[in-house]
Amino acid sequence: MLEAILALIKIGVVVFLVILPLVMMLILAERRVSAFIQNRLGPNRVGWQGMMQPVADGLKFLFKEDVIPGHVDRFLYLIAPGIILFPALLTFAVVPFGDQLTTYIGHTLVTIRFQIADLNVGVLYIVAVASLGVYGLVIGGYSSNNKYSMLGGLRSSAQMISYELPLGLAIISVVMMSGSLRLQDIVVDQYEIWNVFRQPLGFIIFLVASFAETNRLPFDLPEAEQELVGGYHTEYSSMKFASFFLAEYINMITASALITTLFFGGWHVPFGILEAINLPVLWEQIIQILAFSLKTLFFLFFFIWVRWTLPRFRYDQLMNLGWKSMVPLGLLNIVLTAIGIAVF
Amino acid sequence: MQGIPISHFLVLSAILFSLGVIGVTIRRNAIVIFMSIELMLNAVNLSFLAFSNYLNNVEGQIFVFMVMVVAAAEVAVGLAIIVAIFRLRETVHVDDIKLLKW
Amino acid sequence: MLQLTLFYIFAVLAVLGGIMVVVHRNPIYSALSLILTLFALAGEYILLMAHFIAIVHIAVYAGAIMVLFLFVIMLLNIRIEERAPGALRYMVYIGVPMAAILFLQLGYLAFKGFQEVYVKNTDVGTVERIGQALFSKYVLPFEITSILLVVAMVGAVYLSKRKLEIVE
Repeated sequence: MLEAILALIKIGVVVFLVILPLVMMLILAERRVSAFIQNRLGPNRVGWQGMMQPVADGLKFLFKEDVIPGHVDRFLYLIAPGIILFPALLTFAVVPFGDQLTTYIGHTLVTIRFQIADLNVGVLYIVAVASLGVYGLVIGGYSSNNKYSMLGGLRSSAQMISYELPLGLAIISVVMMSGSLRLQDIVVDQYEIWNVFRQPLGFIIFLVASFAETNRLPFDLPEAEQELVGGYHTEYSSMKFASFFLAEYINMITASALITTLFFGGWHVPFGILEAINLPVLWEQIIQILAFSLKTLFFLFFFIWVRWTLPRFRYDQLMNLGWKSMVPLGLLNIVLTAIGIAVF
Repeated sequence: MQGIPISHFLVLSAILFSLGVIGVTIRRNAIVIFMSIELMLNAVNLSFLAFSNYLNNVEGQIFVFMVMVVAAAEVAVGLAIIVAIFRLRETVHVDDIKLLKW
Repeated sequence: MLQLTLFYIFAVLAVLGGIMVVVHRNPIYSALSLILTLFALAGEYILLMAHFIAIVHIAVYAGAIMVLFLFVIMLLNIRIEERAPGALRYMVYIGVPMAAILFLQLGYLAFKGFQEVYVKNTDVGTVERIGQALFSKYVLPFEITSILLVVAMVGAVYLSKRKLEIVE
């Protein structure tokens, strides 16, 4: 019973107090960073330095007229924005954002894990959920009954299938290093040296593949504004459009958290600083959670940085990169990892 | 606390298998026929897992694994054939291509 | 009790999805109903203590196979199918009773034989057990499946790459 209540509290905290505010901040950060990169100011009028801009945007979305075009497949059109949010939030169930804390609640000794669900097949769960993200885009694209949306849906399904393979191959080499499918074990295994130094090739493959899976530039072919007028969400307006947007940012947060967990030591603080200064356990836990958050925020910034720096790929270049470079490199990385494990 | 009887899983598996049979016999769209075959394969997987749990035997799980591999291979080739037929005949209805020649 | 309730919820979802696959005229809806059935079946697998298979099931079926189906349906732009002409119309009157007889036979056997045995809490579905079996006793079949996949891949590439024409 206590376990269930704790899990509900953790879900509530992660979704409503971390992810949703972070998404709002990200929308602002995206606009401010893009302005900085393009040498202009960006939104800075609403609140201090434009801090209230996301609230203003949200209100605008809520009060816009919600148009449902006459030519759409109504049922699918209405459920697509809901479906797209579901896998984006689901991955967070297994990401460990801290170690565990043993404490007394009342008179019972309770171990609180800083992770919603500690699955022993956590890595497989991530691969499975990552592959579900495509349904929202495909259903949205099909139900809009519009050639641009249809093309967006087709592109996203082909792109997701192609880049799932390198993603899985990169994860396999990480699993080979740690010898466990539990994400907590993978983090603990990186205590001495982070995976990014043991698996540089795997890290690059994972990074590129997660850019493609989140539909961000330089791989945002499914929505490419200049050729597809917005792709799968062309026909959506008001909050439905906003939920496609939300899903994209939640996917970014998930991808950053996964990169941190799998390659950048999760909640570990580098250089053994934590051991050197010798704090009480509770403070150690808080600092570890902060370390995880900082690393994740850095990758979120990296996502935005790349978006406003690199141009978009052409569709055939995307497919060539996926099948002719990423998949062979992923296989090579597995062979190299196996040789490395056999030798050392 | 008795848990779920194994027979429940087997009856569910039988229902899904029969639905798959109906789909294969009454539908004309090759893709839907394909999906009905997938439904039948999944029904069989369910009973494999039920028996694996009943006999405490890992073979059932291995068999499900193999069925999944076969299903993936079958879908890759089958859909390629359907696309090839569509490019030639502009149809996926099985009664338009039942002569098996052109 | 909770488990039995969950079983019935998943079972109802699975059967509803299965019926929709068979009766819906629009192939996109058939595919989406099949995805619903597959998710419900993953729930049943978890109730059967087969966690590994449940996750792999989602990854393979929902993540790859059904995306491929949706891709082909959208690529070929298949719309609602019209009623079967001629003799095929009567397939309903033969096919449905045949399937009903099949179901009665299977269901009778299942219900009669396994009423008093219950789902056990075993470790047979864990990654360790399956991995050990797969890489020791069943290593040859496991390697042969990789050949099967290569054959399927070559076949699919050949079929879609070749220039097709009707020979009169």
